[in-house]
Amino acid sequence: MLEIKNLHAEISGKKILKGVDLKVNAGEVHAIMGPNGSGKSTLAQVLAGRDLYAVTEGEITYQGKDLLAMAPEDRAREGIFLAFQYPLEIPGVSNMYFLKAALNTIRKGRGEAELDAMDFLAIVREKMKLLGVDEAMMSRAVNEGFSGGEKKRNEIFQMSVLEPRLAILDETDSGLDIDALRVVADGVNRLRAKDRATIVVTHYQRLLNYIVPDFVHVLSAGRMVKSGGRALALELEQKGYGWLEEEFEAAKA
Amino acid sequence: MAAIKEQREQTDHYFSAFSALEARRAQKGGSWFDATRREAMEHFGELGFPTTRLESWKYTSVQPIARSTFQLEESGRAKVSAKHLEGFAFGDQVSGTLVFVNGFFTPPLSELTRLPGNVVAGSLAGHLGNRPDGFEHHLARYALPVENAFVALNTAFLEDGACIEFPSGTVLEKPIHVIHWTEPAGSPLMISPRTLIVAGHDVQATVIESYVGGEGAAYFSNGVTEISLGENSSLEHAQVQQEGGKAFSIAALHTHQQRSSRLLCHNIALGAELVRNDVNCVMGGEGAECTLNGLYQTAGRQHVDNHTLMDHAMPHCSSREYYKGVLDGQSAGVFSGSILVRKDAQKTDAIQSNKNLLLSEDAVINTKPELQILADDVRCTHGATIGQLDAEAIFYLQTRGIGKAAARNLLTRAFANDVIGRVSFTPLRERLEATLLERLSKGWKAEEVL
Repeated sequence: MLEIKNLHAEISGKKILKGVDLKVNAGEVHAIMGPNGSGKSTLAQVLAGRDLYAVTEGEITYQGKDLLAMAPEDRAREGIFLAFQYPLEIPGVSNMYFLKAALNTIRKGRGEAELDAMDFLAIVREKMKLLGVDEAMMSRAVNEGFSGGEKKRNEIFQMSVLEPRLAILDETDSGLDIDALRVVADGVNRLRAKDRATIVVTHYQRLLNYIVPDFVHVLSAGRMVKSGGRALALELEQKGYGWLEEEFEAAKA
Repeated sequence: MAAIKEQREQTDHYFSAFSALEARRAQKGGSWFDATRREAMEHFGELGFPTTRLESWKYTSVQPIARSTFQLEESGRAKVSAKHLEGFAFGDQVSGTLVFVNGFFTPPLSELTRLPGNVVAGSLAGHLGNRPDGFEHHLARYALPVENAFVALNTAFLEDGACIEFPSGTVLEKPIHVIHWTEPAGSPLMISPRTLIVAGHDVQATVIESYVGGEGAAYFSNGVTEISLGENSSLEHAQVQQEGGKAFSIAALHTHQQRSSRLLCHNIALGAELVRNDVNCVMGGEGAECTLNGLYQTAGRQHVDNHTLMDHAMPHCSSREYYKGVLDGQSAGVFSGSILVRKDAQKTDAIQSNKNLLLSEDAVINTKPELQILADDVRCTHGATIGQLDAEAIFYLQTRGIGKAAARNLLTRAFANDVIGRVSFTPLRERLEATLLERLSKGWKAEEVL
């Protein structure tokens, strides 16, 4: 579904990603872990198309297409969804209006008919129930005055409504208490399917107790320094990241 | 000397036009208003067209107006049909429509049959006969020719206008709509739209004024509106300016409020090339409340100047002023908001806010609050912001499938939403939303619009 080859990216001349490789097949859940400043969020933003980052080398293929040549909105219409680490507040735009506009443009992209207000409401109500989202939230402005936890929950709620093929969660677990974490994990797990994939970017192992990944990768100083199965995450929790960097440098030498 | 000579040349033309008009009027018999017209003309001669050397005109040059030779319009010359007014008139959604073409009342296009019998709504010309009939206490009593050259010019050439009077106790559910339509002619015209709204006590009503015009030639619309609001009355007033793209639009709104009255004024500036709005609100009775709600949306080389004065003359009055600007292209905006709290106006509660969104790197805004507080127990706050669309917010919307142009439109609309949202009359609010969206998408040649 997604193949990243030798990806280099920088922001205002500062190199952040220095040759990232990653292959994600349909049906898989990949966790990307790593210390602060390793480039995890940059990778997530580059996948979603943020033009703040310049890709200087490498390529990304998504469903056989050159992802880097696509505008962010086209990526979304092709099924990519990024749950933001820091979701934006959009004053003056209600969640209802925003989500309906988003869903209809994405449905159009999938060749499906646009939904009228009634059908849209039916879908939204069902998802709200599953995620424990208060109906009053829909008439409020997008994320305006929301707590950190509410914003994260809203990201997962949007994801549930938009049903992406490739979901990228950028530290969605940071700052969540255990109940909110469960809600987020349930939302992600409910979307797991043979034709979908998920990339979970996280700093903590904790989330992976609830979203069990097929693969775990460690990103450090802009490169993937180790890949493994679920057990790697547990090992990281015990030993930290330091040993991986040493092992990687030793292998290079 | 050269400057004085030029200034005289600029006003000379209006003096000969005034003499010709006076001679014509004398044949028809005199008017109680003639003396006021003559005084106004004298004031115009003394004041001349303002220059940028004056503090209140620092950022706005009216030389394009001063240097042109505008012709006066005569009644009934322009041919305008109901078709022109499509998209502007509200039909039976309002309680009455008064249409003025190039400043003159046009009965065939107006609709006044549904108005309650005690409400006066019609042509001002009928009240300017030999003997005054009550309006002499209000006409030209709030907008003073001595203070403003454009008010003086309008008053000197005042021949017709809208005259609305709500007797005490009137409660009118649907608005009265005044349309000032300007139809440009071969040579540039000067139009002097005038509106007088007088409300007794315990009145509840809404008046909408639309200033609209045809495209093509340049013209100069120099309007004055006066509002007198009696005790405990509540009036919502909207001025929506959608003049032609080559128009010069100068407008003055002067309001006077008595005790415990509530006034909500919307000022929406969309059209014309050069715009100056002066709004003066006098809270002349205890406990009066006044809200000014303004939006200017500009593009191309438009220049829009909003000057407002909240005049707190009595205690316990509160004023709210919310002005927002959306500026694109090489357009320029000016906002100057004054709050005057007079010595006796204790317990004044005044809030002023001016927020601007610049959509292009070439757009400019000058914003300046001016507070003059002579009482000691008051609350006055003001704030001004200038910003651009948030690139990260645009990206956020894009990641949800919304195209870049549509995302910009959405965020811009959201910015202007609260101003438009304060308009109570739903058909006007919806029309403003649609107009704003249409103008935005044109501005960015958007490939898609939500």
